[in-house]
Amino acid sequence: MLEAVLDSIARLGHRVTSRVQRLGRASVFLGATLLGSGTAWRRFSLIVRELYYTGVLSLIIISVSGLFVGMVLGLQLYETLQRFGSGTMIGGVVALSLVRELGPVVAALLFASRAGSAITAEIGLMRATEQLSAMEMMAVDPVARVVAPRFWSGVISMPLLAALFSAIGIFGGYLIAVVLIGVDEGTFWSQMQDSVDFRLDIVNGIIKSCVFGVVVSWIAVFEGFHAAPSAEGVSAATTRTVVTSALAILAADFVLTAFMFTGA
Amino acid sequence: MPVAYPGGEKRKRVSSDTNSPLVRISNLNFAYDNRPILTGIDLEIPRGKLVAIMGTSGCGKTTLLRLIGGQLRASAGDVVVDGQNVGRLGHDDLFRLRRRMGMLFQFGALFTDLSVFDNVAFPLRENTDLSEDLIHDLVLMKLHAVGLRGAHRLMPNELSGGMARRVALARAIALDPMLMMYDEPFAGLDPISLAITGELIRKLNDALGASSIMVTHDVPESLKIVDYIFFMAGGKVVAQGTPEDIRNSDDPFVHQFIWGESDGPVPFHYPAPNYADEMVRRGERHA
Repeated sequence: MLEAVLDSIARLGHRVTSRVQRLGRASVFLGATLLGSGTAWRRFSLIVRELYYTGVLSLIIISVSGLFVGMVLGLQLYETLQRFGSGTMIGGVVALSLVRELGPVVAALLFASRAGSAITAEIGLMRATEQLSAMEMMAVDPVARVVAPRFWSGVISMPLLAALFSAIGIFGGYLIAVVLIGVDEGTFWSQMQDSVDFRLDIVNGIIKSCVFGVVVSWIAVFEGFHAAPSAEGVSAATTRTVVTSALAILAADFVLTAFMFTGA
Repeated sequence: MPVAYPGGEKRKRVSSDTNSPLVRISNLNFAYDNRPILTGIDLEIPRGKLVAIMGTSGCGKTTLLRLIGGQLRASAGDVVVDGQNVGRLGHDDLFRLRRRMGMLFQFGALFTDLSVFDNVAFPLRENTDLSEDLIHDLVLMKLHAVGLRGAHRLMPNELSGGMARRVALARAIALDPMLMMYDEPFAGLDPISLAITGELIRKLNDALGASSIMVTHDVPESLKIVDYIFFMAGGKVVAQGTPEDIRNSDDPFVHQFIWGESDGPVPFHYPAPNYADEMVRRGERHA
């Protein structure tokens, strides 16, 4: 009995220490990526190329999701606000929900699922097919040449995609509130203008999406670079990217929200 | 098959000591975690020679190549390439040394998002300041040497296995290396591609004035093209000699390997308890 308890404590300890070790390795890897970023910034075309794959190819999923999220918000919030006789506040509430929370968070979750998983799979497959080893043997640092451009493209894309998500979401809310329900158009926009503060809401939303961009890109490149060189290894790494990114985004969102908006 | 490589049959290479072997490995040990892979390896690769390293799967041949290329660090012992101890080199010095090495990976390891031309141009663009015009000429020259100048616009997914291997070879020689390493260059090739690859390896070695190390299982092709052979088993060098020595060897391991015998020093059966005893014990348990 005692042995079984000790065994499970040992197993738990091993799991915790291996997680901490992995976090340490990921931090060292992030440091190496930042140090190796000089090449990527000097040869900006490397980043531009990745911006297409991570950013431009994410436009459709971000736009369509933003539109639907905005429309759902319009329907749900109007219904709730109407109960308190505040239906005309719909413009401000939709905008605040999107700019402060849903824009950065949902866009980051979608970005992790589409671009993050693609980055992990691509780098993982390069590892499995010895392309990274070949690069090393050609005296080319794969962290500088492969990882850094993908990392920075994610960091740059994320706030832009979040801004687009919020803008299209607001348009979706407008379609429902003004076009479908018949809220006065002037009231819709003026409520929004009164409620949304540039520094407190928009700047904080941008900061959030930048942080999410760093987190998702970091996880994606780390998991891809350290994927086991096999089909199962790449598959597991891709799954880890999506799951870890989602949890990290939600946890980081809580921490950032606590710092940014508590007592405001 | 004609290989048009500019620069003549042999080019002399400037080196600190042209009489010393290009690669000297002494008392090399390597282990993954606590599992020993190489134990006490001693070997020398002379300059200008094409040397094969042969042995059973998992005996540490590819690991040896990675140790020479500095992709792995030895647990003990030294790997000295052109007078430089690879294990003690810092990042920049190691990369400087690698610019003078070429490596052909087992399945080519071509960059799948780049065309044939861009794959061969990759090491030139990354490691030199040559103009695009000059890179263009050099790339076509390297591709011509492997017979694929006409395929320079193709993407890797449009190439056969043999063609991919030849493009990878052109990429590996792009910087005119002093040392070429080949990891299973004949694996999975049809007889024609295999013969072409073998002949290319020999001719490029001579035309570049380079030294080459080839890890392979292919006995007939190796005996045809190499100057010297090391046999490895259980993480050690167990036999060595010229192709002639190897053909005439009465070493049981070499004999088994050369003639492809299923049983011998390398046993057919994975170590296990006596089968009859095991059956008897099993019968007793069920009685």
